[in-house]
Amino acid sequence: MYGGGYIFDDEKNKSQATRVQDDPELLAAFEARIDRGEKIEPHDWMPVEYRRQLLRMIEQHAHSEIIGALPEGTWITRAPNLKRKMALIAKVQDEIGHGQLLYAAAETLGKSREEMINDLLSGKAKYSNVFNYPAKTWADIAVIGFLIDGAAIVNQLANAKGSYGPYVRALKRICVEESFHLKQGHEAFVYLATGTSQQRAMLQDAMNRWYRPLIHFFGPPDTISQHTEKLMRWKVKMASNDDMRNQFLDQYIPKIQEVGITLPDPNLRKNPNTGIWEFSDPNWDEFFAVIRGNGPCNKERLAVRQWAEENGAWVKNALLKTNEKYTIPLA
Amino acid sequence: MTQTAIKDLLYKMGDDALILGHRNSEWTGIGPTLEEDIAFSSMAQDKLGHALACYTILHEHLGEPNPDTITFGRTAQDFRCSHLVAIPTTDYEIALVRHFLYDHAEILRYQLLQQSTFRPLAQLATKIKGELKYHVLHADTWIKQLGNANDETAQMRLQTALNELWAYALGIFEPSEHEALLQTEGVFVGEAKLQDSWYESIKHILTQTNLQIPSIETTPIYGGRKAYPSEHLAPLLQEMASVYQLDPTAEW
Repeated sequence: MYGGGYIFDDEKNKSQATRVQDDPELLAAFEARIDRGEKIEPHDWMPVEYRRQLLRMIEQHAHSEIIGALPEGTWITRAPNLKRKMALIAKVQDEIGHGQLLYAAAETLGKSREEMINDLLSGKAKYSNVFNYPAKTWADIAVIGFLIDGAAIVNQLANAKGSYGPYVRALKRICVEESFHLKQGHEAFVYLATGTSQQRAMLQDAMNRWYRPLIHFFGPPDTISQHTEKLMRWKVKMASNDDMRNQFLDQYIPKIQEVGITLPDPNLRKNPNTGIWEFSDPNWDEFFAVIRGNGPCNKERLAVRQWAEENGAWVKNALLKTNEKYTIPLA
Repeated sequence: MTQTAIKDLLYKMGDDALILGHRNSEWTGIGPTLEEDIAFSSMAQDKLGHALACYTILHEHLGEPNPDTITFGRTAQDFRCSHLVAIPTTDYEIALVRHFLYDHAEILRYQLLQQSTFRPLAQLATKIKGELKYHVLHADTWIKQLGNANDETAQMRLQTALNELWAYALGIFEPSEHEALLQTEGVFVGEAKLQDSWYESIKHILTQTNLQIPSIETTPIYGGRKAYPSEHLAPLLQEMASVYQLDPTAEW
């Protein structure tokens, strides 16, 4: 699943890249291609800023997949029946697979998987904020599978219409799998909502805790979001944060309410005149604090990823020194 | 009488697959490479599927409880899995070598069971062996790659894991009190014969590496098949059933 529309930007890199002047003729030809709906491929000419923004976005997406596997992964060993246990393994496995696909797409822009992982671990590269919140009970797994994946689909379906060929092709494959995640998440959600009083209370508690991270999911409102205009011109970003958030609320709030689960915001309502969902101030300061590393689980998530990298380092080293040569397909 | 013997056989096969599937799934998200992370997750799903298939036969043909109750409703003493599968893994070489040792035994067991006079088991064996082929192919590929690498660390890690797990692996073949009956009735040829085939099978792979094969005369670690579970099993089950046990009558 992906972590929404907010792409973290490093001020230093940004100022360097924006000083580079692209050849105006090449830029015009490039923009004409975008306007005609053509896809840009790795060996095509592209503006420096296009490459930088795309790489940052795809890399951040890839990191979100492998870090996003962690909160759900911790519940695989506790899933309450065999069906859910197998489905959850398959689901989390898909997310790792999405990471693999996306790192490959990002590599076409000139940065290796190893460099990207190093930047993740050093804190230089970011991932979706939503994964810095804890999955406290089994009901969190239902909420994540249903609503975080649901939100991710809104974002990814939009981006799948973007301009960069390798990313778009990866997203199309990802979206198909995500739609199954959504179904299994929704089913688990409905089972809890229509289950015993204990199960309903567990789900309501999870919903209360995930409401704000869900509002934050698509990033700050368009009025304070920094780098949207050019990215939309180049079809790197396909919809504004507010538009995606509104589409998500419009699709999912009724589905939550129809099974009798409430949302912890007295001001949440669809304005009948504008068709726009309104909600209480979700405290954007908290959003930025979490991005800066001060969320409830930032340190834990990176520590687990660090452990996996260190623990697996000997395997990668040995693979570089293998004597085995495979000249025929394995199967 | 034969029914008791068949139940015992199915419980130990199902329990081995369940617990190993559970252990393999602990690697989901934290494997040594993304590709290996994905592979272990696939095998974990398959193993849980095999456990479910064994428990379904127990339920539908032999009057045992439903598969979820079998999985989440028993204590460690009720399980019949080998000690090998319950060992906790935070080191990839232990997970890999265990996977290699176990899956070679598993594919041979199911191959032999294709001839079983107990039809549901023979049918299951035909279905499952195709999946196990890939598990064994995966294990052999990695054992050969890492076991032949010009890398002392990898050699040492794999050899140490092989030495540590060897007696546990021999425990897979702990004979039951029903061996003679299962053979006479044509249900299963027995653990001793399975062990012989297994030894030949893993020797064939290990001799293509720089790894030393421990002695087949090593005293096996038995008990798992006879209600003396591994010390690691009870904590695993407690975690596995923690949500289910909040309300075993609820639907999740």
